[in-house]
Amino acid sequence: MTVAIKHPAQAQTETVSLSPNGTGGNAIEAEKMSVFYGDFCAVRDVYMKVPSNKITAIIGPSGCGKSTVLRCFNRMNDLIAGARIEGEVFFQGQNIYDSDVDPVEVRRRIGMVFQKPNPFPKTIYENVAWGTRINGFRGDMDEMVERALRSAALWEEVKDKLQQSALGLSGGQQQRLCIARAIAVEPEIILMDEPASALDPIATLRIEDLMKELSEKYTIIVVTHNMQQAARISDYTAFFSVDDKRTGNLIEFDDTEKIFTIPSQKSTEDYITGRFG
Amino acid sequence: MNFIHQRQTVSQPAEGLMPSGTAHHEQVVARQRRGRTWAVVFQAAVLAGILALCALLFNILNQSFGYVAIVNTIDPSELAVEGLPLNELPKDKLVEILEANISAGLMRRYENDMPFTERSRENVHDLILERVVEPQVQATWGLFDSIFARGSVFAEAEERFPGSEVYFRSWLTTSFISKSQSSEPLRAGVRTAIFGSLWVVAITILFSFPIGVGAAIYLEEYAQKERLLNRLIQTNINNLAGVPSIIYGMLGLAIFVRILEVITSGAFLGIGDQSTANGRTILSAGLTLGLLILPLIIINGQEAIRAVPSSLRQAGFGLGATHWQVIWHHVLPSAMPGVLTGTILAVSRAIGETAPLVVVGASTFIALDPSGPFSKFTVLPIQIYQWTSRPQDEFRNLAAAAILVLLILLLSLNASAVLLRNRFDRSRAVS
Ligand SMILES: Nc1ncnc2c1ncn2[C@@H]1O[C@H](COP(=O)(O)OP(=O)(O)O)[C@@H](O)[C@H]1O
Ligand SMILES: [Mg+2]
Repeated sequence: MTVAIKHPAQAQTETVSLSPNGTGGNAIEAEKMSVFYGDFCAVRDVYMKVPSNKITAIIGPSGCGKSTVLRCFNRMNDLIAGARIEGEVFFQGQNIYDSDVDPVEVRRRIGMVFQKPNPFPKTIYENVAWGTRINGFRGDMDEMVERALRSAALWEEVKDKLQQSALGLSGGQQQRLCIARAIAVEPEIILMDEPASALDPIATLRIEDLMKELSEKYTIIVVTHNMQQAARISDYTAFFSVDDKRTGNLIEFDDTEKIFTIPSQKSTEDYITGRFG
Repeated sequence: MNFIHQRQTVSQPAEGLMPSGTAHHEQVVARQRRGRTWAVVFQAAVLAGILALCALLFNILNQSFGYVAIVNTIDPSELAVEGLPLNELPKDKLVEILEANISAGLMRRYENDMPFTERSRENVHDLILERVVEPQVQATWGLFDSIFARGSVFAEAEERFPGSEVYFRSWLTTSFISKSQSSEPLRAGVRTAIFGSLWVVAITILFSFPIGVGAAIYLEEYAQKERLLNRLIQTNINNLAGVPSIIYGMLGLAIFVRILEVITSGAFLGIGDQSTANGRTILSAGLTLGLLILPLIIINGQEAIRAVPSSLRQAGFGLGATHWQVIWHHVLPSAMPGVLTGTILAVSRAIGETAPLVVVGASTFIALDPSGPFSKFTVLPIQIYQWTSRPQDEFRNLAAAAILVLLILLLSLNASAVLLRNRFDRSRAVS
């Protein structure tokens, strides 16, 4: 037996105390979340309330568990053999790790864009259409594909070659196609794991602009190793660090402005100013 | 060299632990020499392989073509009527000649098989050659001798078989392919064996491909690899791939021929070959070979599935696809070229297998084309094996020609499979 997760319309608008600004609703709330790979504890006791319709950046040194935390938010860690999660992650008031929640449902509602662009080896059109088709979309497919590609600022570049292989696109275009593909299934949250790290500076700027546009409709959580990028695009920033056992901890989570100007933790300041990692 | 000397003058780190200048240069030369030595060794290995292959091909071709010395019981020119040679005579004259030269009993039997009024002129002509002219092969020579020692071939034929007719014969002819088995080497063909091979291979593929790919999917995608049972299964499959084929023959004999006889003989449908209502059928042979290549297909399928990049799976799952949707839409299409390659190799092996089919019970002499999965069968390798074990030289020539047929069959099956695979690859890239 699985239960359906509430859709936004049904969700209760409970105000949340621990969110950075405490005003709007929260898209996702992690409660005492720890992640293990076998015996190794990759991330310990994360409490994190991510506000809706904002861009939240996750920064921190390599191996501190940024990707691990991100994958926990849409149960992608389930795909890793030996990965185990403790604690709770609430989405629309429902713990997505409850035994009666189907991760397939979670992943449609919380989409993901990966570090390396990974379009399907199919046509551009089919890349966008596939996700909606398997999720039971019944509307006008051409229109839907165009809408998704427009939202991802890719339509003008590919409208004449929709039936060509997506693998023929440039890296930046491929990544925007992956974003279009993610948007097409109408998620509420988009998780992005260093979406621009494999791209050149110009393609990176386009992705950043796109993220800003998308944040009007979606909650975006983005992992980045680029602090300027975090400062440029995000509303909130979470800083993770590792302890002596290489276990990641959430050190500080606040307005981006505050994190980059007056961080409350010494280690945050050290990292931001380049004295660490 | 200039470059090396220049480097000498550049100041080096003080430790002096790395060779520098000329010492470095000499060291590089020595390393390159070692590399070249290995390259020569590997080249020699390739050469040895190619030589072995050439020797094999030479041997087969040598036996497939060459001079034959033939003695006719009755010289066809003696049968000429009113100056017209045998092959220009009309049908009624041919029938008269046949009637005059064979016994009345044999004539009646031919009439019963098919009335002479319905037989074609060519058919009667063939009967005369077969029964009246009755050519007998006295000796055969290889292609090599036929080309380079033509004179001594004719001299030897003249001396040992006076009155024989010596001519160049290709043992691989269209009639060799289109005729069925015969105890007369000049009239024997491999049609029955070709049909047998095709039938058996079809059943092998139908049986082992779906099961093999299905098992590979289960083992790679669903089975929990840490569980003892699954590890045991995996180890067993890996070992089964190395079991000698004759053992599969024994297995096939025990299971398909004996225990499942009702099914493999077709008796359960009531359509079995009544003359030999037992389990030694095409179905048994195909299933046995299917078992034989099943581990190969599974292992290869697993490797192909494992090689599908995990980024592709993640992309699928990330859009809210179920496990099955990811497998069906992304993993399988990506793995398919690799799966097909492995299947091609495995099926090639099945086509050439002899030992298990001897055990399962291929027919030793069969002139009737197989009519379905419940027929008695023979296959090309079995036919070749039987011909090579005959004492007369002529059958060795037949075997060589049959080997050529088998090779051609294998190559064309492989080529079509490779084409299919490439189509698959290309269509994936664009659609
Ligand atoms: N699939 C995995 N199996 C085992 N350990 C892993 C796996 N993925 C990540 N880890 C470990 O978890 C820690 C956090 O990794 P990750 O989340 O990728 O860090 P980040 O994204 O911040 O660089 C690292 O120590 C890494 O070695
Ligand atoms: Mg990472």
